[in-house]
Amino acid sequence: MTENIVWRIAGGSGDGIDSTSQNFAKALMRSGLHVFTHRHYPSRIRGGHTYVEIRAGPEPIRSRGDGYNFLLALGDSFARNPQEEAYYGDEETKPLSENLDELREGGVIVYDEGLIDIDEIPNFEERAEENDWHVYPLDLRARARENGREVMRNTAGVGATAALLEYDLDHIQDLMADAMSGDVLETNLDILEDTYEDVNEMEFTHDLRMPSGEHDEEQVLLSGSNAIAYGSLDAGCRFISGYPMTPWTEVFTLMNQHLPEVGGIAEQVEDEIAAAALAIGASHAGVKAMSGSSGGGFSLMSEPLGLAEMTETPVVLIEATRAGPSTGMPTKPEQSDLEHVLYTSQGDSNRVVFAPGNVREAYEQTRSAFEMAYEYQLPAIVLYDQKLSGELRNVDESFFDRQPDPDLGATLTEEEIAEAAHHASGKFSRYQRDPDNDRGVSPRSLPGQKGGRHLASGNEHNEQGHISEDPANRAAQMQRRMRKLESIREELDAKESSHQTYHGPEEADYGIITFGSQQGTVEEAVDRLTDEGHSVKSLGVSGMMPLAEAEISEFLSSVDEALVVEMTGSAQFRGLIQKELGRFGPKMHSLLKYNGNPFEPSEIVDGFESIIGEDEPAPTTQFVPAAGD
Amino acid sequence: MSAFNAIGEKREVEREDFTPGIEPQATWCPGCGDFSVLKALKGAMTDLGKNPEEVLVATGIGCSGKLNSYFDSYGIHTLHGRALPVARAAKLANPDLEVVAAGGDGDGYGIGGNHFMHTARENHDMAYIVFNNEIFGLTKGQTSPTSPKGHKSKTQPHGSAKDPIRPLSLALTSGASYVARTAAVNPNQAQEIVKEAIEHDGFAHVDFLTQCPTWNKDAKQYVPYIDIQQNDDYDFDVTDRKEAAEMMYETESALYEGEVLTGRFYREEGRRTYGQEKRAHGDMPEEPLAERYHDDDYEWERSYDLLDAHK
Repeated sequence: MTENIVWRIAGGSGDGIDSTSQNFAKALMRSGLHVFTHRHYPSRIRGGHTYVEIRAGPEPIRSRGDGYNFLLALGDSFARNPQEEAYYGDEETKPLSENLDELREGGVIVYDEGLIDIDEIPNFEERAEENDWHVYPLDLRARARENGREVMRNTAGVGATAALLEYDLDHIQDLMADAMSGDVLETNLDILEDTYEDVNEMEFTHDLRMPSGEHDEEQVLLSGSNAIAYGSLDAGCRFISGYPMTPWTEVFTLMNQHLPEVGGIAEQVEDEIAAAALAIGASHAGVKAMSGSSGGGFSLMSEPLGLAEMTETPVVLIEATRAGPSTGMPTKPEQSDLEHVLYTSQGDSNRVVFAPGNVREAYEQTRSAFEMAYEYQLPAIVLYDQKLSGELRNVDESFFDRQPDPDLGATLTEEEIAEAAHHASGKFSRYQRDPDNDRGVSPRSLPGQKGGRHLASGNEHNEQGHISEDPANRAAQMQRRMRKLESIREELDAKESSHQTYHGPEEADYGIITFGSQQGTVEEAVDRLTDEGHSVKSLGVSGMMPLAEAEISEFLSSVDEALVVEMTGSAQFRGLIQKELGRFGPKMHSLLKYNGNPFEPSEIVDGFESIIGEDEPAPTTQFVPAAGD
Repeated sequence: MSAFNAIGEKREVEREDFTPGIEPQATWCPGCGDFSVLKALKGAMTDLGKNPEEVLVATGIGCSGKLNSYFDSYGIHTLHGRALPVARAAKLANPDLEVVAAGGDGDGYGIGGNHFMHTARENHDMAYIVFNNEIFGLTKGQTSPTSPKGHKSKTQPHGSAKDPIRPLSLALTSGASYVARTAAVNPNQAQEIVKEAIEHDGFAHVDFLTQCPTWNKDAKQYVPYIDIQQNDDYDFDVTDRKEAAEMMYETESALYEGEVLTGRFYREEGRRTYGQEKRAHGDMPEEPLAERYHDDDYEWERSYDLLDAHK
């Protein structure tokens, strides 16, 4: 395998780390490389320890790497006042000091000596020597100041990176020209080129170079949030209501920007109860609608979610999990809202939940969520997290070349309503106990349509929607609503392309099973374990409700033991499998992580090697990686 | 061609067209003020010549939430306190619908208070009728946000220590563009006010005093009442925000001293509804969004055409 570059840019929040890394990732993509980013940031507007990693290589990349090999430490221009140092540590040097533990042997360091005093970092020289790090101090701040403004030291850092990795400036220059103009562009180009040339004059001690690659077709660089927004637009969604909350805000913001341009409606409202209720109101009136939130905000949506189930109003909700409970760690990923999303709201759950495993799946499964919601008249939830939300990945442009699907699903026209069942009083039988299909779906009318008047009620109701506590009606309506989930399971199982993702050899002694955003990391771990001679394959599950039982059963039956990888503290996913399947308990062992950082492939490799295939592994083994990243 | 042909359809309507064949008799207690809301709404809709199928009545939970069980139109019986957010989105999705929201005092001024404030602020084009009986009825007589200070109930055995909420003042401050109070015992005024509220372009709040003979026996039957527009003692300009505010304050205080003042308290003319405001900001299509899904010729936009920013 060709060595990938894992380039990390570190600084304070507000130092332009995000935009600089995005542009650099795009430049690498344009030059023919595959890219994958990992973002780490604190819940602060300014300052704090922030970094973005870009992993780039000639082959497709599924995951963040183990550690990294090139550090650009910018210095934190928003560092706290030195009096607070006792509590926060020396924030000025953090972009360098906090990142050293994960820097690989032989790695390269460029740091801004204008902001970072190397003498402040304990044992730096010794560590550098021990790990064979190649250190290039540059006064990036002075270079930026000389030409323009201090904030442009990012540009100087990118120029230095390019020179040190022998990477051509062309694509970086093009991207700058796309994003800027006039004096700002000129100044940035000067800083970039001057730094590049000056660094080029230096004597290099490192061997690391940017790999080269080539794409067969045009690529686009997208995050999970972009993919969810585009999936929604292509599903014909033209209404969103929401309230800001990290990390869901990204999807909400994107939709607020796109919808007015396509004649849609976006509403930022007073709270998440209202947000979900508005989406239900818009859908009830005949528009494809969505809402969403993160942990705490989604808790507020609990009651409207139940209303959508009971009134059989189609709606799509997006849930971006962050570390909980309560406010938890707002900017850190976790998957521990799984049970919350599956079961929240009173009564029996009657909803669809998909947990996409990567950017492409986020697009496809968001479309699928709309399709299920509108065909079956229930809420469908896309469950993802801060990891998938912010990670950028290149995708073939042609992947998105497909037809939109604005179909309202099981909704009647006025002509069809005229033919449909009505009560003797003329009221439309919106909730037929025994509709003319085996899916349990009773098609709806929309307010304003002739002949379709009915009541939609959160109370149990009869065929026309009027409140009823009659036991026979209750049982029949319950059975019909539950039948819908079974029909969805049958429909999804029958589809040619499954929402589940398999990786590794077809036959293997051992398995690794995961759900949602950890899928790519597990896949990379499977590749490494295979290279090391292990017999192992993986299953990434996305169908959480209805649970992809048939595929999970088949997978678990085919292996001797399986490692269940998830970012929860209480093994929620493994519990779900045991609850739904009622077997395989002794075969499954958990690998859990909940320290605020997603798994690295090596952690899964280590976990597998220490847990699986042991003579007498405890059936409930929980392996928690050491604190750190 | 519209997919919603009940909207704007010219036809003769009679009061009975709004009586559902399924539940023609409301099951509220004998003597309940809620009957008067139903009667006023049927009368107003008949006067306005509305087709039941162009009307969406969204309700909350409580005795008031049953309004759309006994009123025949499209109806959505939502959650406790959540009629307004459901109603306003339906109106944005299809502005040609006649949307009416209704709930009780606990529903609208208590649990749903936040939505009341924001729906008024945004001036959504709908009538909002609050059945105000100063008590929680369906849960059997607990103190509500409008119960008078000192009111004794099973949950406040020593009497409520709280001053009641001021619903009219709250509506005005929040931004409602029409504010009125009527009472169950005054059916003619009630029908006229409900009619005005439906016709008003913007958020029209009607605080409807509905006596509860079962759980609030010692409370007034809201007689005698005074119509402030018909009484020379009350001379103020309903389009003047300051004068309206003073009149509201006096009215709210007087209620707890046994004086029932009703009528129109505030009317703001010429202000854009929320839908008009959004359109003016380029944030809402001119044609009802709900129609687009039935237009076979519409060319739906694709994300594929938005990808340049990602290259």
